[in-house]
Amino acid sequence: MEILAQGKGELIQPPDLEAFREWNRTQKSRKLIDKLMTEQEAVSRFVYDGCYIGTELYGTVRCPMSLTREVIRQHKKDLRVCGQGVAELDLWLAAGLVKKLDITYIGLEVYGTSYALRRAVESGQVETCVEWSNGAISWRMKAAAMGVPFIPVRSMLGSDTFNYSAAKVVNDPFTGLPVCLLPALILDVGLIHVHRADRFGNAQIEGITGFAFEMARASKRLIISAEEIVPTEEIRKYPDRTIIPYYLVDAVVHAPFGSHPGEMAYLYERDDAVYREWIEASKTPAGAQAYLDKYVYGVKNHHEYLELIGAERLKQLVEQRERRET
Amino acid sequence: MSSQSYSKSELMICVAARLFQDGTTAFIGTGIPMLAAMLAMKTHAPNLVPVFEFGGTGAILEKLPRAVGEARTFHKAIIASGICDTMETAQRGFIDYGFLGGAQIDCYGNLNSTTIGDHDHPKARLPGSGGGNDVGSLCWRTVAIMQHDKRRFVPNVDFITTPGYLSGVGARERAGLPRGSGPVNVVSTLALMDYDSASFRMRLVATHPGVTVDDVIANTGFELIIPDRVGTNEPPSAAELRLLREEIDPERLYI
Repeated sequence: MEILAQGKGELIQPPDLEAFREWNRTQKSRKLIDKLMTEQEAVSRFVYDGCYIGTELYGTVRCPMSLTREVIRQHKKDLRVCGQGVAELDLWLAAGLVKKLDITYIGLEVYGTSYALRRAVESGQVETCVEWSNGAISWRMKAAAMGVPFIPVRSMLGSDTFNYSAAKVVNDPFTGLPVCLLPALILDVGLIHVHRADRFGNAQIEGITGFAFEMARASKRLIISAEEIVPTEEIRKYPDRTIIPYYLVDAVVHAPFGSHPGEMAYLYERDDAVYREWIEASKTPAGAQAYLDKYVYGVKNHHEYLELIGAERLKQLVEQRERRET
Repeated sequence: MSSQSYSKSELMICVAARLFQDGTTAFIGTGIPMLAAMLAMKTHAPNLVPVFEFGGTGAILEKLPRAVGEARTFHKAIIASGICDTMETAQRGFIDYGFLGGAQIDCYGNLNSTTIGDHDHPKARLPGSGGGNDVGSLCWRTVAIMQHDKRRFVPNVDFITTPGYLSGVGARERAGLPRGSGPVNVVSTLALMDYDSASFRMRLVATHPGVTVDDVIANTGFELIIPDRVGTNEPPSAAELRLLREEIDPERLYI
């Protein structure tokens, strides 16, 4: 196929499908192993300096925030990161952990542009920003989940988002039309927060699933944090809700309110006061550091973090949640 | 007509809301599009199907979502799926409208939300595409919602994050984008625009009450097509204002 155009962005994580199959054959046990561990152990064992890592869903919604904070506490550095993110990637950027970005969106939603992103990119602290759309990054994970080297899509075409990506345009050999090819994205580490999981890693999500299905299947190492740890019989009662089967998972962490200050569908509302505290603090490096000192370095683990937030506040967030119609 | 006073954003939301058609599907981004969709569903378009990129489709919007993934985007929805499903639904031609924003727009409706200045050494690093590029590529018709001034309505955007008509007639199809798709309207703080069918360049349709054609020209950094007849947008009605203030945004996050 003739290549009609190619983005000038670096392919930060070139996919190796044979190595991925070999990894899945030799490194991912099919045995039922108890993988329940602390966030300290999970991050220490599976996240490493320089790894290519992603989080799902994003900052204010079902986000693995307790794991995100632990990555900072352990100062895992030179991270190569994909995403779209709000508060989670903001924290990593402010803590100086990010070296390269496959960026789709990092911002503060209704509150606008991210101060931490601006500082990290404009100062050159982040070495590379390779551009993708939210659809594109999810489809790249889908290609990895399918076990194929690339996926053809009709997005990205004609834009500078394409020109600064690592995608290519070819003539479709069947119709002759130009089509955009996105390279498969195999992550070294994926972090996903779910509603419930068993000790082996079988995991279920309520509400929208974002790109959890694809990321779980595209990750070589997968850490699951869960609001609730349930017996496997509970999983087996509703297998249609299982998004992630145990053999994809390397670590299971029990993290009630693990998405805080983000929300968790049907369980608790987002904590806008703490979210706004970050936005205000992140306007200056000193403010961002003070926030990290208070909410990340100042507590030993997620349990202490929840004590800092306070039971009364957490109870309010539960009361304010969106409820299912009954 | 109401004699009540109203804010610029209230007017913009009302003008945008009137563009939604009942019984269509629409991709909704964060911010003003959410308020406009809610207002449309509470007035003339009760059967609008809002689609939010992370998987919520067909929600009953009772409380204003503040983000495209939160539980309010799939409240009493018909399906809660994921981003691949919603984007693929658009790619198959099922999404009629997409509502977008950006920091810059040019005469062909190309949008920038990535960088101001050179990409590799930016003066300002903005959030990036998010779902914008997909929405602008794959929905049948897109509507941009913009602050109207010369810094934003520019001759050339610094970075084409989201494709409009690119360099003009035929450019989308040459690039491989779906045939017959593209931008149809811009709702700004000053006026409503569409695109000339011969040149695909932006054209003034109607100014907001109290805004003159010269005001619009003075705040636009490229040559806007001015037709012989320019209308005036209806101000928000008392009913629209009541819905916005009491039901849609009682916390006044936007209005």
